[in-house]
Amino acid sequence: MSEPTVILDAPAIRRALVRIAHEIAERNVHSPEVVLLGIPVGGDHLAARLAQTLASIWNHPVPVGILDVTLHRDDLHQRMAPTVHPTDIPFDVDGKVVVLVDDVLFSGRTTRAAMDALNDLGRPKKIQLAVLVDRGHRELPVKADFVGKNVPTSLDEKIMLLLTEAGAARDEVLLLKNSRPSPRT
Amino acid sequence: MSWNRKHLLDIESLSAEEITTILDTARSFKAVGQRAIKKVPALRGKTVVNLFVEPSTRTRISFELAAQRLSADVINFSTEASSLKKGETLKDTALNLQALNADFIIIRHSASGAPHFLSRVLDAHVINAGDGAHEHPTQALLDTFTIREKKGRIAGLNVTILGDILYSRVARSDIWALLKLGANVTLCGPSTLVPKTFELMGCRVTHDVDEAIRDADIINLLRIQHERQRKTMFPGIGEYTQMFGLNKERLARTRSDALIMHPGPINRGVEIDSEIADCGRSVILEQVTNGLAVRMAVLFLVNGGNVPPEAASYI
Repeated sequence: MSEPTVILDAPAIRRALVRIAHEIAERNVHSPEVVLLGIPVGGDHLAARLAQTLASIWNHPVPVGILDVTLHRDDLHQRMAPTVHPTDIPFDVDGKVVVLVDDVLFSGRTTRAAMDALNDLGRPKKIQLAVLVDRGHRELPVKADFVGKNVPTSLDEKIMLLLTEAGAARDEVLLLKNSRPSPRT
Repeated sequence: MSWNRKHLLDIESLSAEEITTILDTARSFKAVGQRAIKKVPALRGKTVVNLFVEPSTRTRISFELAAQRLSADVINFSTEASSLKKGETLKDTALNLQALNADFIIIRHSASGAPHFLSRVLDAHVINAGDGAHEHPTQALLDTFTIREKKGRIAGLNVTILGDILYSRVARSDIWALLKLGANVTLCGPSTLVPKTFELMGCRVTHDVDEAIRDADIINLLRIQHERQRKTMFPGIGEYTQMFGLNKERLARTRSDALIMHPGPINRGVEIDSEIADCGRSVILEQVTNGLAVRMAVLFLVNGGNVPPEAASYI
């Protein structure tokens, strides 16, 4: 593995999240309907940060929850059992505009799993998708509504998000080169 | 997070880390059971066979429900209605089930080692639901899950297991799990049912019930297994109740925060007074709820393939 390249540093991550928050506010005029659901690992922390910024834009708290998609993945029989994180949604999603928050958009399969998981919890009025990094290589017809940064990548590269909430020394998005291409599902 | 086993055969061969992985995973599955829609698609299209060559209600129902909540199809196979009665061997029965493309065989058998044997002859995932007096791994997992949830930890706790230890597969699995997770385990009961040899596993053995429960954080009661006792191991049920049964007077001499556990089925008035079974310190029914979450976690984990998650991740 070669030296990682920093594609977003802490100020850039902060600016991207502020911009995404403003775009969410612009798109959704009726703010009390909007709830944020972060997808672990990474998306949950980003959702909490976005909720804070949105609260200061709208002057009211924005509900934020955690949506684990592990049990809805389509590759469970092909890999070691992944870690199942708790889903924690302390509100009803029926009739709400749910903004899914993920760190990296790649194949689109996580997003599909998230929409599937959400389906079991209620019927949102709308589902929107916010991601910090879109690295391309979609395998499903999925498109993000809000993107922090588009990063063209090759399949043998890996994107890594480091956040202080998760114990990192500083916020950073890194691009790493794998020695071998990652097998696709 | 560490799990790459294809089967769950016993607790003895698991590491503390593997046990903790199951308990952590079960915590997420417990939350699934509290949702309006309690079903997740993780095992969709898989077939689970409950091969119960020995009677059981709660374990079988618990596994059945666990499999259904993971969207698997379940077949129940019991001795009464099976060709095992017609002289078919266990291996042939299991191979027939596999020929029907069963993905998981959950086996309860009166012979110790039956699940291990099946795991060697089958391609399917094998889960031990109790083999003879050997082990009952999912019971130990739900017991440790309940203790950890209630007390916040397991290491350093004093756990007393009271009753028929000799014939109890629950006791053996519990002892392994508790010791691996750092608890202090005391065994107590009639000397015929609690031989000193258990000290070799790393437990304390005593035949004085008041001393055994005095400093206990957890009192785990076991049923007297009439069906497994080949000859009388103590004079009678009445005397057992008098000497070892948990009653109000005995409970008054324990720590006020000590929890009462029992794997079920309970014999009210034998090993436990009826009102104690229903009191606020009893977590017997929570054990049943947790059993479902733990069994979902086990099915989910053994289902995983051998590709490490980082190589397969699709973020």
